[in-house]
Amino acid sequence: MEWIQQLVNGISVGSIYALIALGYTMVYGIIKLINFAHGDVFMLGAFIGFFAITRWDVGFLPALIISMVLCAIIGVIIERVAYKRLRSATRIAALITAIGVSFLIEYTMIFFRGPGLETYPEVLPNTSIDVFGVSVSSKSILILIVTIILMILLQFIVHKTKIGKAMRAVSLDADAARLMGINVDNTISATFAIGSALAGAAGVIFGAYYTRIEPLMGVLPGLKAFIAAVLGGIGNIPGAMVGGLVLGVVETVVSAFGFSLWRDAAAFIILILILILKPSGLFGKNTREKV
Amino acid sequence: MLKVNNIDVFYGNIHALKDVSIEVNESEIVTLIGANGAGKSTLLKTLSGLLKPKSGTISYLSQQINGKQAQAIVKSGISHVPEGRRVFSNMTVEENLELGAYLRKDRDGIKKDIANVYDLFPILGERRKQQSGTLSGGEQQMLAMGRALMAKPKLLLLDEPSMGLAPLIVKQIFEIIQMVNQQGTTVLLVEQNANMALSIADRAYVIETGKIVLSGTAKELQESEQVKAAYLGAL
Ligand SMILES: Nc1ncnc2c1ncn2[C@@H]1O[C@H](COP(=O)(O)OP(=O)(O)OP(=O)(O)O)[C@@H](O)[C@H]1O
Ligand SMILES: [Mg+2]
Repeated sequence: MEWIQQLVNGISVGSIYALIALGYTMVYGIIKLINFAHGDVFMLGAFIGFFAITRWDVGFLPALIISMVLCAIIGVIIERVAYKRLRSATRIAALITAIGVSFLIEYTMIFFRGPGLETYPEVLPNTSIDVFGVSVSSKSILILIVTIILMILLQFIVHKTKIGKAMRAVSLDADAARLMGINVDNTISATFAIGSALAGAAGVIFGAYYTRIEPLMGVLPGLKAFIAAVLGGIGNIPGAMVGGLVLGVVETVVSAFGFSLWRDAAAFIILILILILKPSGLFGKNTREKV
Repeated sequence: MLKVNNIDVFYGNIHALKDVSIEVNESEIVTLIGANGAGKSTLLKTLSGLLKPKSGTISYLSQQINGKQAQAIVKSGISHVPEGRRVFSNMTVEENLELGAYLRKDRDGIKKDIANVYDLFPILGERRKQQSGTLSGGEQQMLAMGRALMAKPKLLLLDEPSMGLAPLIVKQIFEIIQMVNQQGTTVLLVEQNANMALSIADRAYVIETGKIVLSGTAKELQESEQVKAAYLGAL
C-alpha cells in the first residue's frame, strides 16, 4: 500500500505547483503577461519564512502569514516598478522584462547571502497518521489542509468580494471595467498582491516539506507551475489548481515506476502534448464570446 | 449641463475629432448622427475619460472634466454604454448589474435598483443567473443599459444601442430610452439609425469625418435636405 503514500506525495508537491500556478494564471488573466519572476517570489517567500522561524522564533503558521504579507508587497513593487509602464508595450518587451526581473531577484539574493543551501528547521509534526489502514506522513496531510484552505479563500475573494469581481471584470474587458468606475491600476496591483502571497505561502510550505532552500530553488518549480497553468488553461483559476495537482501526481507516478530520471522531463512532455493537442488547456474555452 | 468646447482628439497621427463643440442641456435627449468612422464613438470615449483631448475643454455641471480619470467621471454622474455592449461575458447578469454599481456603497439602494432594472427589462430578471455572454444581442444591449443605470447617472451616453437588432427590439429599446429620460436622466444618443434617433430626440448634431457639420432641433434636421439625402434616404 505504498501507493497511497505515493499518491499523497504527488498531491503534496502538486499543491505547491498549484499555489504558484495560481499567481501565473491570475496575472496572465489580467494583463496577459507571463510573469517569469513569479518563481523567484516563491523563493523569497521560502527565505522570509526561514528567517521568521529561525530569527524570530515563530511557528509554521505565523511564518506562513508573514511570508504571504511580505510577498504581497514585493509582488506589488515588482508590478509598479517594472511592469506598469509596459502596459501598452509589446508583449515580448514585457516578457523580456519579466525574465530580467527574475535574474535580478536571483542574483541579488546570491550577491547578499551567497548561493548556499539553508536547512529549514522541523516546524511541522512528523509522525505517521493512519488513513484507511495506510500510514501517511502528517506533514503531507497538513500541507494539503493548508493548501485547500488557501484555495477556498481565493475562490471566496474572487467570486464574492468587490475586489474579486473587479479583478474578473478587468481581465474580461479593461475599458468596460473603467466605465464601471473600477480603478484598473489598483485592481492589477491587487492581483499581483494575491498571486504573490500565494507564491510566498508555497515557499514556506516547500521549505517545511522538503527542508532545503536556496536562491535558485524557484526556477524549476516556477517553470513547472507555469506548465501547470498552461495545462489547466492559462487565465483559468480552477484550471491552475487542477493542473498543479495533476502535474504533481504524474511526476510522482513516473518516479514510482522507477523512472525518476524522467521526472522533470515528464512535465515538459506534458507541456508539449498540451500545446499540440489542446493549446487552450484542459479548462480553457475555445469559444470566443459574442460581440 | 455638458459643454464641449473645441476639442481635438488624436489616435497617434490620426486626427479623429477636429475642433468639436457640442452642448447638452439638462433633461434633453440629444442625438449625434454620422456615418461609419465619423468619430461618434471617439467623442463618447473622450467624454467618459477613456481618451484625453489634446486641446479644448469639457465642462460638466460647471466643472472641468477633460483629463479626469474615467472613474472620477463615472462618480460625477456620467455613465457610458459602449458600442457593442461590452458586457462581462463570463459573469452572470446579476454580477454585471452589481458591477454597474461599483462605486456605490448603499447596499439596500443597490438591491432596489437591481429590482428596478428587472422591472424595466423583465427578460433580464428571468436570466439573472445566466452568463451574460450567452444572452441574445438585444438582451445584451438591455443588460448594458441596465448596468449603466445602476450607477444612477445624471447623464447617460449611449453608443449605437440599435446596432444589429431587429426593428421590434429597437423600438422597445428606444421606448425605454424615452422612459429613462422622462424619469430625469439626460441622454446623449449616438446613432446611425437617424430616423429613430431624430424621432425621440430634442436636438441633434451631425458629424462627418471628425467635424460637426450641422446642428439644430431634431425637427429641423428631419426636414433638412442635406440630412434627408445622406442619412434618411434609404429609410
Ligand atoms: N484605437 C484606434 N486607433 C486608431 N484609430 C482609431 C481608433 N479608434 C478609432 N480610430 C479611427 O478614428 C476614426 C473615428 O472612429 P470612431 O470609432 O469614433 O467612429 P464612429 O463614428 O464611432 O464609427 P462607427 O459608426 O463605425 O462606430 C476612424 O477613422 C477610426 O478608424
Ligand atoms: Mg462607433
